[in-house]
Amino acid sequence: MTEISTARRAGLAAAAMRIRDRPVAAWRRRDLWWGLFFVGPQTLLMVAFVLVPFAVGLALAFTNWGGFGALHWIGLSNFSTELHDPIFRKAVVNTLIIAAVTVPIGLGLAVVLATALEKVRLRSVYLTLLFLPVVTSSVAVSMIWQQLLQPQGPISTAVSKIFGIAPPDWLNNPGLILFAVCAVAIWSSLGLNVVIFLAGLQTIDENVVEAARVDGAGPIRIFWSIKMPLLSPTMFFSTVVAVISSFQTFDIVYVLTSGDGPGDSARTMVYHIYDVGFLHTEFGLSSAAAVILFLLTMVVTLAQFALQGRFVHYES
Amino acid sequence: MTAARSVPSPVRSLGSKTALHLFLGVSALLMIYPFIWMIITALKTVHQSLYDPLGVVPHPATLSNFPDAWHSLPFGEAYWNSFYICVLVVAGTLLTGAMAAYGFGRVTFRGSKVLFMLFLATQMVPAQVTLIPLYVELSKFGWIDSHLALIVPGMVNPFAVFLIRQFVKSVPIELEEAALLDGANRWRIFWHVVLPNIRPGLVAVGIVVALNSWNSFLYPLIFLNSTRLFTLPLLLAQFRGQFGGVNYPLVMAGSAITIAPMVIAFLIGQRKILNSMAMSGLGGR
Repeated sequence: MTEISTARRAGLAAAAMRIRDRPVAAWRRRDLWWGLFFVGPQTLLMVAFVLVPFAVGLALAFTNWGGFGALHWIGLSNFSTELHDPIFRKAVVNTLIIAAVTVPIGLGLAVVLATALEKVRLRSVYLTLLFLPVVTSSVAVSMIWQQLLQPQGPISTAVSKIFGIAPPDWLNNPGLILFAVCAVAIWSSLGLNVVIFLAGLQTIDENVVEAARVDGAGPIRIFWSIKMPLLSPTMFFSTVVAVISSFQTFDIVYVLTSGDGPGDSARTMVYHIYDVGFLHTEFGLSSAAAVILFLLTMVVTLAQFALQGRFVHYES
Repeated sequence: MTAARSVPSPVRSLGSKTALHLFLGVSALLMIYPFIWMIITALKTVHQSLYDPLGVVPHPATLSNFPDAWHSLPFGEAYWNSFYICVLVVAGTLLTGAMAAYGFGRVTFRGSKVLFMLFLATQMVPAQVTLIPLYVELSKFGWIDSHLALIVPGMVNPFAVFLIRQFVKSVPIELEEAALLDGANRWRIFWHVVLPNIRPGLVAVGIVVALNSWNSFLYPLIFLNSTRLFTLPLLLAQFRGQFGGVNYPLVMAGSAITIAPMVIAFLIGQRKILNSMAMSGLGGR
């Protein structure tokens, strides 16, 4: 605007400038419309397919709706039904066990492999092999594992020979089935975490490592005192993502155990939500279970952010 | 453990190098063992898979499980369904996502910051909470048992918007100003100046979106009923129900057919795919 008023005072020469600058001013005024135009499609989709369903889902949790007929508000009764239901409790415990086993072991193995791969020859060959499970459909890999885990399959045979015990029936033994689920879950996400950690390791300044080495630090000291702290923001990000996705375990359980295992022994929270909502059309009850999962996820994620200051090192 | 460290000193011993490669080799072998098992079993006869499941050499080796698997369920249709859904989801996500990324990254308008925060917040909404209402909503649209139920909601991707925005912000603003002085409007600037400059970002996001779409299971399971509409993972799961207990070779041949396109695509675009995954895994850093 100032440019335009200056132009007015400055006569002919400035008139040319005004003509040149007019599109700029008009462009700025139209930015609101352009802004809405650009963010509009994705915003509409998000409102229609995430926000509205989310709000409706929260509301449904307080009703007894079954998909048809009248809908009644029943307050918190769905929540108390679920929390007192031993099957739902089983699902919560199983989900927490899966998270507690897969996250530390999965990320720990990934750090070891990423460190080993950092400066090795043929790295891309190893990476490609490690990454194959990530690009393959979870249904297909679960079907392969279903055969590998049979009592007459290679894993049970090996275990039986090494320990001199009867071949374990991983998928039909309620005490073993969660181990099988965890093993497959770790196996399918390992490659992704290795790639992420490797990228994180490569952002570490070589000079810092070199300086520590000159000061006489050995490889193990360098790993714990230099690399781990510098990798910790990546570790934190991956941990948050890994916990959330372990809370959402479904495909593996669904295919591997043909449902949720003997006596609900492998039932996860998402399987429970699917079972109650879609196999028994108890939409209200299923929504309540989903809200509980959402709250649990939020609490655990917020707790991780709260603890972040203690474990995560950010370079200023 | 010492072997796992990488000390690039010239006197690094041959022993530690060998140990490192041994460790990595064994790990890699363990990771691909299930795929090796899949191929060996797919080449066996049913009889051999039952009486000699551990046999390493299929004897007699047969290729007939592959055509048998292909013909026992509509794999051709499932291939096409998975493929075109994947293409449309990727195209829709990239177009609307890049538009939103440009809108948030470069166009200044009232409320843009709040709206962008809202976008980031929706990433925390787990799919499970929206599952039932989404099902009800889509059935009101008449989209249940239709691919629209997978394609249109599949384009919502706040994370893609966030990642592409990082790339948009790295495009020099001078390029846009130059185009502006040439009389281009916002759309032309977006299309002819910004998009060509963020192509690597679009490829990376596209790869991640494509993988997720291709391998997605829960949504197709819930939204599709007719076998002819099934995507590959859904059809394969069906397969297990029909032949699972007995015909291992047939099931493994079906699994191989299902994963082949993604494995081949991965082996071809391996470097780009790994970079994309690392980039999105690091949150665009």
